[in-house]
Amino acid sequence: MQPTHRSNRILQPVRPWFIVLSLVVALGLAYVPTGRLPGVPDWVALVLAFWCIREPRHVGMTTGFVFGLLVDVGLGAAMGQHALAYVVLAYLASSLSRRVLWFGTAQQALHVLVMLLIAQAIMLAVRMLAGAEFPGWTYFLASFSGAVLWGPVGFLLLLPQYQPVDRDENRPI
Amino acid sequence: MSLAGHSPPPIFQRGPAPRVRLLVLSTLCVVMLVADLRFGYLEFVRHVATVVIYPLQRAAAAPVDFVRNARVYFATLVDVQLENAELRRAQVESAQRLLRFEALEQENAELRQLAGLAQAASLRGVGAEVLYDAPDPFSRKVILDRGATHGVRAGLAVVDARGLIGQVSRVYPVQAEVTLLTDREQVVPVKVERTGMRGILAGTGDGGLEMRFVQVGSDIQAGDRLVTSGLDGLFVAGLPVATVVSVDTTRGPHVRVLCEPVARVERAIQVLVLGPETPVPERPDPQQALPDEAPQPPSGAR
Repeated sequence: MQPTHRSNRILQPVRPWFIVLSLVVALGLAYVPTGRLPGVPDWVALVLAFWCIREPRHVGMTTGFVFGLLVDVGLGAAMGQHALAYVVLAYLASSLSRRVLWFGTAQQALHVLVMLLIAQAIMLAVRMLAGAEFPGWTYFLASFSGAVLWGPVGFLLLLPQYQPVDRDENRPI
Repeated sequence: MSLAGHSPPPIFQRGPAPRVRLLVLSTLCVVMLVADLRFGYLEFVRHVATVVIYPLQRAAAAPVDFVRNARVYFATLVDVQLENAELRRAQVESAQRLLRFEALEQENAELRQLAGLAQAASLRGVGAEVLYDAPDPFSRKVILDRGATHGVRAGLAVVDARGLIGQVSRVYPVQAEVTLLTDREQVVPVKVERTGMRGILAGTGDGGLEMRFVQVGSDIQAGDRLVTSGLDGLFVAGLPVATVVSVDTTRGPHVRVLCEPVARVERAIQVLVLGPETPVPERPDPQQALPDEAPQPPSGAR
């Protein structure tokens, strides 16, 4: 597989344990108690969207569901709130996975921004229907910071798959 | 050759179609949401899962704890001296009141005994510190550094030096989650100190409080103090809660009574988790009520 479909570079196959490790690390970052600080990205959503786009055969809605429940328990949110958002996010990301990788990083980030906003809107709708108060528009800053981090996080997550380039006469790429 | 009614052989079997999976999983999520938010059935699942993720949570909180401790360590000497002077002054004040209070408590106990009333329940408090705001942005909750192992139970009142700030809503092994008074779903039974009129107080969602369902014509005015009535069996009666800010009689059958909390609800650091030493007696079962002396209407044929 390539970093993007236009790239000439060939990547090593992904290791399943690395996917799990990255999701668990993201879960740990989500548990860091940042309080009411606006614009803290939703790490689990970001990493989940990344793997759903890169490896839709390995990571999908079931993974989103399980990690969504773990986020719900850890943050003391309503059970199923993040799970529902992540299931929809995983569905969107998987179904767009063939399209998104044709674009460069910035345009990919725009796609991801929309997905993250949809996921946040679902959570907002669920809690508002249940009678919670509106947390203010700064709530949606998390999606924008997540989209900004799409490039760096994606590079870090692909790092184990890059292999040293040793071109020669018989192997031009 | 394929036959009608026979599906092709499952060579590339990849489970149910994505839309089917989406439908099944999101339905499951909605069911869980209703079960949790509406009925509270999933607290058990939450407890089990909390045990699993607890190490990860501690590891994640470690850097934040470190920063907070470092900040306390490097607090300036002037701040500490000012705080110390303030505390000494408060100590002297409260010592005087405490002396009188002990005498009054004894007198009260004797009078109650003379009158044949039940003894006032003794209280027990657990001192705690607010660690941080709860991460759920849709509610107003904070996390305390004391939990089930220190004797904190769900439902207890949480007070600071001035009055009530909230109620323990969920208990973890060494932490507890407190729903603040200003949360929309936090309701406190109160009474007006001046008149004894009872009512319920709830958060408005923007940091204020509102006393709900007050009839037009009730004797309530701006400046009245509200204290807990203790009717819920959870809170101790007489804790200061709020003062009335404005009374608006022009809207509908109920008076709109806006209040502001007495305590520093959203800024308190040192708090006390307060509850009765012994659990309150159970509410009597209406089935067990003794029959009236008056003749009962004949019940249906059984």
